[in-house]
Amino acid sequence: MSHTELRAAPHQHSGNDVPVIMRNVVYALLPICVFSVWQYGLSAAALILVVTLACLLAERINNFVSGTASTLSDWSAVITGILLALTLPPSFPLWMGAVAGLSAIWLGKSLFGGLGQNPFNPALIGRAFVQAAFPTAISTWVPAFSLNRFAGFIPTTLTAPFMLPPDIKHWIKLQGLDAFTGATPLARWKFENVAASAMEFLTGQVTACAGETSAILILLCGLYLAVRKFLDWRIPVAVMGSVTLLSWLFHLAQPARYPSPSFMLLSGGLMLGAWFMATDMASSPITPRGIWLYGALIGILTVMIRYFGGLTEGVMYAILIANATAPLLDQFNQPRVLGAKGSKS
Amino acid sequence: MRPISENLNCGLQSSIDMSSFFKKRVATFEHGIHPDYHKETGSLPIQRLPFAPKLYVPLSQHVGKPAIAIVRVGQEVLRGEVIAKADGMFSLPIHAPATGIVEAILPVPSDSGAMEMAIIIRVYQADGQEIRVRNPQNLDGLTGVALAMIMQQIGVAGKGGAVFPTHAKLIPPNGCVIDTLIVNGSECEPFLTCDHRIMVERAQHIMTGIDFARRVCGAPRAIIGVEDNKPDAIAALTAALPGDGSVTVKVVETKYPQGAAETLTYTLLGREVPVGKRSSSIGVVMNNVMTMAYVGKLLPLGEGMTERVVTVAGPAVDRPGNYIVPLGTPLHFLLDSVGAKSRAKEVILGGPMMGIAIASLDTPVTKGVCGVLAFGKKDDTEQRTYPCIHCGKCVKACPKKLNPTQMGMLAAKREYELMADQFFLAECFECGCCSYVCPSHIPLVQQFRVAKSFLKDRKTAA
Repeated sequence: MSHTELRAAPHQHSGNDVPVIMRNVVYALLPICVFSVWQYGLSAAALILVVTLACLLAERINNFVSGTASTLSDWSAVITGILLALTLPPSFPLWMGAVAGLSAIWLGKSLFGGLGQNPFNPALIGRAFVQAAFPTAISTWVPAFSLNRFAGFIPTTLTAPFMLPPDIKHWIKLQGLDAFTGATPLARWKFENVAASAMEFLTGQVTACAGETSAILILLCGLYLAVRKFLDWRIPVAVMGSVTLLSWLFHLAQPARYPSPSFMLLSGGLMLGAWFMATDMASSPITPRGIWLYGALIGILTVMIRYFGGLTEGVMYAILIANATAPLLDQFNQPRVLGAKGSKS
Repeated sequence: MRPISENLNCGLQSSIDMSSFFKKRVATFEHGIHPDYHKETGSLPIQRLPFAPKLYVPLSQHVGKPAIAIVRVGQEVLRGEVIAKADGMFSLPIHAPATGIVEAILPVPSDSGAMEMAIIIRVYQADGQEIRVRNPQNLDGLTGVALAMIMQQIGVAGKGGAVFPTHAKLIPPNGCVIDTLIVNGSECEPFLTCDHRIMVERAQHIMTGIDFARRVCGAPRAIIGVEDNKPDAIAALTAALPGDGSVTVKVVETKYPQGAAETLTYTLLGREVPVGKRSSSIGVVMNNVMTMAYVGKLLPLGEGMTERVVTVAGPAVDRPGNYIVPLGTPLHFLLDSVGAKSRAKEVILGGPMMGIAIASLDTPVTKGVCGVLAFGKKDDTEQRTYPCIHCGKCVKACPKKLNPTQMGMLAAKREYELMADQFFLAECFECGCCSYVCPSHIPLVQQFRVAKSFLKDRKTAA
């Protein structure tokens, strides 16, 4: 032996490093993608692909401009891309999806210093950007399970860049689904006071983006990550718990006006938000009490926005606002050090 | 609860063992980690290692003042003879680990990287190497400081790694009343099994040692904490317990760092060591099982500490096991004897979580070395560091409930004072849990060590 290698203790490691965690999140998202494609066909597949590629492209351009080694292998840009795609309507024009992907990485992540530095969830930044930029396209919905969804694209999908998507009312009629209203369950509840039943959600028989139609699948995928300790189970539990409690109170007070907690849990982006968005590590707190408060805040804000806000859906803004409070939640809830005075945290 | 667990089991039998949820919870602390334990050597009986041709016996094998050499070059020494005397209360004498001749007194490498003065003994290979010098004394009725002074003469220092002189640790500081002697048999570091084997093979020595230790510190009771992955040790200790019930064995959860002073005290007694204070302030003194075993073996005979049991293990070791190693045995001889020298690329003194990688194989085994681990070449690509992703795994792992994420960020900006003033830097006992779980391979513990030594240097300079 010519020389020994010197390293600082500890000399053992758990083996779960950044790429392993990120890769597992991607694995957990894949079943949801498959379900989305099964529901909406080629257009959904193309959208997921284009948005993810746009995110990877933005990340790579970033590496090129800043002269750093490629960071694609940490898989985080893939997660951003898939998550973002799952929050968009399946008929969303591809070029707009690319804009969403680019803005998610550049505005949401690179601007703040890349991996781990983003104060907000990058996917939601991208979603918020296109919601402001393309309000019509992002609220245009198509029916699920149309007969020829694997034969061709939805007409809006292939809109030429910088062009507005064509009107698809005629195309929807051709699908033979006359009952289709083009409104999400939350919109129908808000404007027509019709709450979809849990059964409709569970079978995917509602009009929405993938993140909205596969609540149970998302729950299972999230549980996989929680069991493997790749996400903090306290966040989704706190979100779902506070939504359940608050909407149950409202429902008790005025059952005719406010829907049941199961509607609130299954509708909109709540499941995807609670399990995959709110749990974004960089933009969520790390102190025990901070984590519970953060999750509860997301739940409360979601219910408030849905009930009293102008928007039909509130998960995105609830998470973004809670992201902004995360550093303060940490600062004011430092854990009590073993042996230190003060109340137990 | 049994039928419920069976019901839940149907369908997921292979993936999840529900019975663990319903098992009676063993005593433990919050946070911590469950690393791969690699405790294969725990089933192998202790063996004796041959004497090396030359022993390098450092004068400082304990925390405190180094011993003062009382032999000259060329002098013959007998195994067990005092070759260096204690320099005051917080010091220990050194006994000749073998019969031979003093060849030189010069600096040798130590685990800290610094050179330390050592007595080099050329061992008489033809000698039978019996212990030739003993100094037995009448210990009947002796307690407190009087017994501690005799205990000092056998030269035992803490075997868990901190190597504090045992007699000095046992004397309660002024104004402190010790109500419990905790004997640490948890051995939570992966790979290490020497305490385990000592508990199995020398339970009687441990009980004798505990009796002496209680007479010094005045503790009316003693609790031996053993992790639940060592059932044979628990059985052996329980069989050897004195009949009066003053000593008990308590089974604790197998979790790292169960064996740290703060965590084991919390696990066994539910007491927290106050920030900045020692465990004696809450009536507790803690000793390692191996320390107790050597006190129990050596003190009645008046014999000096000349050897210790060391776990030699790791992927690059052909014949891993627990060996009785004469103090001063250089590592190259030790590794040669177990068939590891050619493949070893990284050699660690202690366990893989807190042990120190050593630069020179001339470094000798001393009183505080509980393990020698040899690893082959590691894959460097696995060690790529990423930016902190703020996952909070370290916060959930830290047994002291510190905030390693925050401290790591401050360390990167060299805000060392802030770390100490607001985030309890000094409370970190460097168990390594934060670095172990960090998915970004950020060397958090190392950053905290640097921060501590920076602040210490500045304090001494000012």
